[in-house]
Amino acid sequence: MSGLLVAGGPVIPNFGKPNACLKNNGWFCTHWIHEHWHDILQPALIQHIQLVVIAVAIGFAISFPLAVIGYRFSPLDPVLGVFADFLYTIPSIAFFLLLVPLTGVTVTTVEVALVSFTLFIFYRNIVVGLRSVPPDVLESARGMGMSRRQTFWRVELPLARPAIFAGLRIATVATISIATLAAFLIQDGLGAPIFDALGTPDLFHTELLVAGGLAILLALTADFLLAGLQRAVTPWTRVR
Amino acid sequence: MMILANAFADAFSFIPSHISLLLEKSWQTAELAFTALAIAIVLALPLGLWLGHRHRGLGFALGVSTLGRALPVIVVIGLLIAVIGVGFWSVTVALVIIGIPPILTNAYLAVDGVDRDVVEAARGMGLTEREILTGVELPLGLPLILAGVRLAAVFVIATATIAALAGAGGGLGDIFVRQVKYGLAGTLAAAMFVAAIALLTAGVLSLIQRAASRRTAPRA
Repeated sequence: MSGLLVAGGPVIPNFGKPNACLKNNGWFCTHWIHEHWHDILQPALIQHIQLVVIAVAIGFAISFPLAVIGYRFSPLDPVLGVFADFLYTIPSIAFFLLLVPLTGVTVTTVEVALVSFTLFIFYRNIVVGLRSVPPDVLESARGMGMSRRQTFWRVELPLARPAIFAGLRIATVATISIATLAAFLIQDGLGAPIFDALGTPDLFHTELLVAGGLAILLALTADFLLAGLQRAVTPWTRVR
Repeated sequence: MMILANAFADAFSFIPSHISLLLEKSWQTAELAFTALAIAIVLALPLGLWLGHRHRGLGFALGVSTLGRALPVIVVIGLLIAVIGVGFWSVTVALVIIGIPPILTNAYLAVDGVDRDVVEAARGMGLTEREILTGVELPLGLPLILAGVRLAAVFVIATATIAALAGAGGGLGDIFVRQVKYGLAGTLAAAMFVAAIALLTAGVLSLIQRAASRRTAPRA
């Protein structure tokens, strides 16, 4: 259980060699950033990206078939939707703690909670995207002699892409932000230096700002890259 | 599986023996969250409605929403504590910041998305811009506006719990950070209460939202 105490336990401050900036608890001590980029910041950033990529990939892999089921069998849609919404609504910290007896103080616990969080976003967006395909278009596809399977892969899915990508962007950005809470449980991701800074006696400004800033930058960069990808795979939306 | 069963059994026996503590902390969390939510509504709703009515600032509305999602709550709370110190205000301001984006963006999209023909018809009938906004666009956009409030409420409740982790005490989060005192059973019980508050709030707002959509969309 010791891992659970990270947030409240004593934390050894990460001050390197003391200098004027650190002594004054400055907001952007470049000396400290240089000194701890390789042992604190970079590993935390890489762990953070891993946490998020795994959660988003598994979340998408689970939601996609569920959304197709919800789209095809509309009576099931509210049931699946409400279940995903239920998982989405449980605050992450509570979710982490409720999973501890099941999966322990491990990265699995964090991933299960993060995946559960993404399901609702993916599910809604995929269903909405598939439903947005105009009936005329489906009629034409049928008229052209396409089978149901062909219609799905060649017509419905491509036309649902804008909504699916919107969901991917929302889920990715939100998961990057929420994954900072993983450090409440395990020393993993950008949350680790953030909690570390919060645990120092007079709140180490540089570490909080730089680690927090990296998390925000990572989220905005991911959003920007996914928006570019979205434009590349949905050329018809560029007409406007 | 034994550990699992024991842990939850302990948590369930913790609840009746510490019910007054749990209810007191739940009340603190709810009070904090709903105060912040009310402030966020007062600040964000008029702005979102007005921008939506003018069909201006789509980029701003969407940007606020993305930025709001990208801001880790623990960083927001930490920065506010660093700047204005631990206390009621740093937590409340953090919660308001977390609550604003979904309310603002949804209010914008709700009003912006109201059928332009309907708005034109209202204008043709001689309604003032203010009457159009409050009498036509607001009722028609209400389901989406309430969806934003619901989203904000869930975020704010979650964040109110996290405040304790950043050293700003109060509410059920206190139990999370004092595991030495309350043990795993207490932590699990508090987590159940947090989840219950969030689910209950979301459930009530969903019912209101459903009632609003039934009123505005009789064709469905």
